[in-house]
Amino acid sequence: MITDDNVRHLAKLASLHLDDATVTRLRGDLESIVGYVEQLSQVDTTGVEPLFNVSGAVNVTRADVPGPLIPTPQVLALAPARNEVAILVPKVVER
Amino acid sequence: MTTTARHIAAAVNAGANPRTAVAEALAKAKADTHNAIVRTCDERALAAADAVAKRVAAGERLPLAGVPVAIKDNLNLAGIEVTAGSKILKGYVAPYTATAVERLEAAGAIIVATTNMDEFAMGSSNETSAYGPVKNPVDPTRIPGGSSGGSAAAVAAGIVPLALGSDTGGSIRQPASLTGTVGLKPTYGSVSRYGLIAYGSSLDQIGPFSTDVADSALALQVMAGKDPRDSTSADRDLGAIGNLPTTPAAALKGLRVGFVAAHEEGLAPGVRARLQEAKQRLTAAGAVLVPVTLPHERFAIAAYYIIATGEASSNLSRFDGIRYGHRTETADSLAQVYGKSRAEGFGTEVQRRIILGTYVLSTGYYDAYYKKAQQVRRKIVDDYANAFTQCDVLLGPASPTTAFKVGEKTSDPLQMYLSDIFTIATNLAGVPGISVPFGTDEQGLPVGMQLQAPIGNDQRLLAAAAGIELLSR
Repeated sequence: MITDDNVRHLAKLASLHLDDATVTRLRGDLESIVGYVEQLSQVDTTGVEPLFNVSGAVNVTRADVPGPLIPTPQVLALAPARNEVAILVPKVVER
Repeated sequence: MTTTARHIAAAVNAGANPRTAVAEALAKAKADTHNAIVRTCDERALAAADAVAKRVAAGERLPLAGVPVAIKDNLNLAGIEVTAGSKILKGYVAPYTATAVERLEAAGAIIVATTNMDEFAMGSSNETSAYGPVKNPVDPTRIPGGSSGGSAAAVAAGIVPLALGSDTGGSIRQPASLTGTVGLKPTYGSVSRYGLIAYGSSLDQIGPFSTDVADSALALQVMAGKDPRDSTSADRDLGAIGNLPTTPAAALKGLRVGFVAAHEEGLAPGVRARLQEAKQRLTAAGAVLVPVTLPHERFAIAAYYIIATGEASSNLSRFDGIRYGHRTETADSLAQVYGKSRAEGFGTEVQRRIILGTYVLSTGYYDAYYKKAQQVRRKIVDDYANAFTQCDVLLGPASPTTAFKVGEKTSDPLQMYLSDIFTIATNLAGVPGISVPFGTDEQGLPVGMQLQAPIGNDQRLLAAAAGIELLSR
């Protein structure tokens, strides 16, 4: 049983600002999809190691050598709000 | 019949001006009536054509000299707006080029256009795109499949001989099947994912669409290899993948072709008929058909929608309205910038998958869903390993149906997810897969045969695919 409040909590975790109609629609979708994936409980996985990546790679490291960087002006130019030296966001610290 | 990439490259290497094929592809891309093309890259393409002409004039011989290529809108291409089919990336001009694309360009290919796709590659019909659905060139009232529907349609419509897509659960092979093109998902890690906008990182793989198997083999040969910028890319010898057999006997005699009998259940009649025909012709060509089972394959969709959405909910957290893309105009706080930019920028299917992914990763559910799915994934990998002790390649349909109508499945997400039933296990297991056109159904709609091979055996896969291609003619 998934409630609208469950979906609101998930939306908060996922930083999605959803209106009530969307929350209710997503609750229905989530219930139906979660109902479908419940079938995995039929598989006996006792003692089976989870497989997170078929490459088998674990904690790959590389030499810490500086390489070419994207120039700052080019990076800044992509930001929707900016001045000459920084990306702008609403104030987060009160005086 | 579209000219192949090999044909164009041979002409350019012999002195033909690469501008000719590039200008023709650009003109066709602009005249596209299937909504396959998102944008053309005129200046960049013509400059690249001139650079290739110079290299050839200086004596270089390039495997893809002057070949016009279209790439999916989720591959970074320096100087071009790249949006992954989403409003949230509107205005994002890529500051760098994906490794796979860089390697194609180094081999002489000319990127002429970017192609429409399901938003963030989440869809099976190309109907979740912010740019609207792609129409199937075979029948414009039908979808081309997804999520790489634009790339499939661009090749099927003859705009380009070669296009790139990405395949997380079938997003190359299913649209290839539905448009009558060849679509290859290489072994996981064969092609660097650097510069591919990530969906499910443990599943994503870049691959080509083409009009024949040899062009896809050539593209893979050019793109494959270790890339220090993608730690999951593999340093694997793919062998002489461009050296394909030219007769059915050379490709197929003695080849052990596995098939899963259960795959025939629930197939559209036209697809089943072609599958049976493929088996008969394979036997006649000297292949040995071997019945095998993949007992956990039926759980693949359930495992996939947990693993892929979990990974997606993490990957898509970077789109927050701060550094690039869409930012809301109505935020009073930083939290609202994030929450409203994301709600305004992401479409319905993407929001659905982010919420599902957040659910399966959240405290109290992680073990029951995410960990469980990864355990089932290992069972699926073991199934493949067992099957491949009995056969060299696996044969089956790429899609249970031929192309369906625009709007037919959009109201029921689960129904849409089930259209990937034959392609998803491939990604979970990391094995290579390909869809090769094999005739049509009773309505004249293309049917694709899927072949799969063990990890790293892309050469074996392509050789068998070349055999199937010869049998289809």
